[in-house]
Amino acid sequence: MNAFATDMTTAPDGSAEAAAREELLRVDNVSLSFGGVKAITDISFDILKGEIRAIIGPNGAGKTSMLNVINGFYHPQEGTITWQGKERRKMKPYEAASQGIARTFQNVALFKGMTTLDNIMSGRSLKMHRNFFWQLIWRGPAEAEEIEHRRKVEDIIDFLEIQAIRKTPVGRLPYGLQKRVELGRALAMEPDLLLLDEPMAGMNLEEKEDMSRFILDVNQEFGTTIALIEHDMGVVMDLSDRVVVLDYGKKIADGPPEDVQADQNVIDAYLGVSH
Amino acid sequence: MAGSSGTSPSGEDTFPKILLRNAKVFGSRTAFREKDYGIWQSWTWSEVCEEIRAFSIGLKSLGLEQGDKIAIVGANRPRLYWSMVAAQALGAVPVPVYSDSVAEEMAYVLGHAEVKFAVVEDQEQVDKLLSMSGEVPTLKDVIYDEIRGLRDYDHTHLHSYESVQDKGRALQAENGSLAGEWEKGFAGGKGSDIAVMLYTSGTTGRPKGVMLSFDNLAISARNANVFDHLDETEEVLAYLPMAWIGDHVFSLAQAFTAAYCVNCPEGMDTIDVDRREIAPTYFFAPPRVFETLLTQIMVRMEDAGKTKRAMFNYFMDVARKVGEKILNGETVAFKDKLLYKLGEFFVYGPLKNRMGLTRMKVGYTAGEAIGPEIFQFYRSLGLNLKQLYGQTEASVYITLQPDGEIFGDTVGKPAPDVELKIADNGEVMYRSPGVFVGYFKNDEATEKTKTPDGWVHTGDAGIIAENGHLKIIDRAKDVGKLNDGALFAPKYIENKLKFFPNIKEAVAFGHERDMVAVFLNIDLTAVGSWAERNNVNYASYQELAAHPDVYAMVESHVDQVNRDLSREPMMAGAQIKRFLILHKELDADDGELTRTQKVRRSFIAERYDPLIEALYDGSTSKHIRTEVTFEDGRKGAIEATVEIRDMETHDPGKGYQEAAE
Repeated sequence: MNAFATDMTTAPDGSAEAAAREELLRVDNVSLSFGGVKAITDISFDILKGEIRAIIGPNGAGKTSMLNVINGFYHPQEGTITWQGKERRKMKPYEAASQGIARTFQNVALFKGMTTLDNIMSGRSLKMHRNFFWQLIWRGPAEAEEIEHRRKVEDIIDFLEIQAIRKTPVGRLPYGLQKRVELGRALAMEPDLLLLDEPMAGMNLEEKEDMSRFILDVNQEFGTTIALIEHDMGVVMDLSDRVVVLDYGKKIADGPPEDVQADQNVIDAYLGVSH
Repeated sequence: MAGSSGTSPSGEDTFPKILLRNAKVFGSRTAFREKDYGIWQSWTWSEVCEEIRAFSIGLKSLGLEQGDKIAIVGANRPRLYWSMVAAQALGAVPVPVYSDSVAEEMAYVLGHAEVKFAVVEDQEQVDKLLSMSGEVPTLKDVIYDEIRGLRDYDHTHLHSYESVQDKGRALQAENGSLAGEWEKGFAGGKGSDIAVMLYTSGTTGRPKGVMLSFDNLAISARNANVFDHLDETEEVLAYLPMAWIGDHVFSLAQAFTAAYCVNCPEGMDTIDVDRREIAPTYFFAPPRVFETLLTQIMVRMEDAGKTKRAMFNYFMDVARKVGEKILNGETVAFKDKLLYKLGEFFVYGPLKNRMGLTRMKVGYTAGEAIGPEIFQFYRSLGLNLKQLYGQTEASVYITLQPDGEIFGDTVGKPAPDVELKIADNGEVMYRSPGVFVGYFKNDEATEKTKTPDGWVHTGDAGIIAENGHLKIIDRAKDVGKLNDGALFAPKYIENKLKFFPNIKEAVAFGHERDMVAVFLNIDLTAVGSWAERNNVNYASYQELAAHPDVYAMVESHVDQVNRDLSREPMMAGAQIKRFLILHKELDADDGELTRTQKVRRSFIAERYDPLIEALYDGSTSKHIRTEVTFEDGRKGAIEATVEIRDMETHDPGKGYQEAAE
């Protein structure tokens, strides 16, 4: 064996254990109901900085509701949400965005008529500081600002390997690529927390593999904390550091993937036991 | 190298020296561009010189020494090209490797070349090198260009390109005389030193490392620049594998000697867009690329509106009629000239713009035969597309088609300084300043390929036509002789036959026999549609193949081939005397074709031995029973009586000679 090889094999593992990580978001005893329907009942969990946290559960378990609570779209009737150490008041989704939470949607929600580039640029609009007047005049500070943002966006395009579709209207792209563009737009916000709502829904195996790679790379390269909802158990088990399992709006398990996988409650929830 | 037309007067015989000249003479001209962050980033020659110097000094501090081999793995990137010259400046030899080759093959090449360093593109290549470290014991350090995914790797023997450059810059800052010492280091380099080692992806056996000297590359490159009037204003797109001699010459040797600009595309799937933006003036592509471009245009035209389509069809007819003539400088009727001008405005111009070939001065295609209609399409648009014939061992250039002397079936005249001859067995041989030094650690193969007085066996059989153009006919090992000594090139005859849409396959026999005879397969689609139009009833391939009208039609095709052959002095002796149409289609399931649809000649000869006998014993028909395998794996047999036809041969044209001379 040569020096190059022996040294390389002792390379430290990239994903250091979450033990020493600080809390990014904390959900305490949250309940949410729509009229008489209880979507979420008394749920508590936390998301640590730099981890990939999965939220799973059968259909109707309340996963997307939970995500909507986290990004401020729904306001829970009970319970508290602590964001970066501060208890969070009722707020609007765009406030959540400006606080550093970005998301993608279960069904792609892009501007279909706009190009990939413009869609991702739109993710930077919160970071634009020049007002409408300056934007109108364009020359000078607004231009300089746009160049800076374009550079960031190009970084993302490079990262997601979508250079070839930079100028293509997203409506013309296949589904898998649209999902990737949507991820790009979320990344353009340089979020502290990235919420992914079923990033692999409707994808074929190859697209899933690509997307998994990108999610891991986002986490490792940019250090972005990720909370994801996903149905594909294989993907969840491979990607996530910790998993929360919901069923009928209640938390039934929480922990590392392998523990959750072996949990009897989880197995019952997925295979179906009479309630 | 005094006396050679390619030597530059000021005597820069190695690429590091040429780099210094370019930095001095063309310092502010753009040397390299790469599309990154969505825009073309560019470097002038003086900037390139600084980049290479910093990296080279950095490499030296890592321990790269004279004679060391350094592997270059990755897609076309300026930094990888610079790495090659940076290594050459230290007397090391770059070994570009096909980045997509399977790990086993790459491991063999790197192990055989005894590489000590590797400069690679990204994580994928780093991982690949890691996986093969056992087979490449000499490998010490790896340098990568793209950090993504590599942050957490142990960096004891792994370095980023920037870190090596930074080291080089820091050392220069500490010691002001270092830059001068660096230049002095290669001032004594000679043109006969090994510049690069390129492994040929041999279809048989292990890849061989072709050692090329600076003289080989620089002189060939200068000759080619002169031949096509290329200077520092050219733009090329570097998109073909860096380990391939073509790219090495077009994007490095010629680029450095002529000081023109090399553009590296953003990625493999953006090449079409990038080419449109750059509009290269000098462009090389294998036939496949031109085929794809044409198909894309045709598909889009199908979707276009009626008016557009009518305009396209009308002006393409005009182009077909007069386009090539105008390109070749022949005179055409005033009306046609006018129409062509109009067409240029409405159709050809926009089309060329779409393909990114608007500024193309010279384009080449090589590697395999390009379809005549594809070749003509581009030329009729006014694009100066030409063919060349080359080899790694020749530093590319053996023959080139000169401007205005374009013949679809030849590969042109000998390139400047190239001597060409045809050996007794029909093999093409050449001698030129570009002839390689030898195969690395393989004297046996070197002796087999290169004669002591410098002639190289190409392995291809060819003939030199009266106009001095070389025509490649077959692989030399497949070429045989008739009993009367006439040259017999089976593939040449077969390809001529297969050129007719009605003929799908052809197998020619004749080596060590009295005459040439062929088996034919008709093309069921083409002949079937002909049968439909002419009310010919048939139930199966076998029935259609035996139909007298079909035989008559095929006979006329064979006759046409004989006429063609008779016009070629070297080939006239190998006209087809007898033929038959096989009663079944040749099929890979029966082992008659390879899975890539190539004819397995010896297998067929064995299987249809009775038919071959019948071809040569004069009988006019023969009964045969053949076992076949159906698609579901069951076996069956088909029987038929196959008719054999005799053919007239034509008197050879003037200057007939036996191949043996």
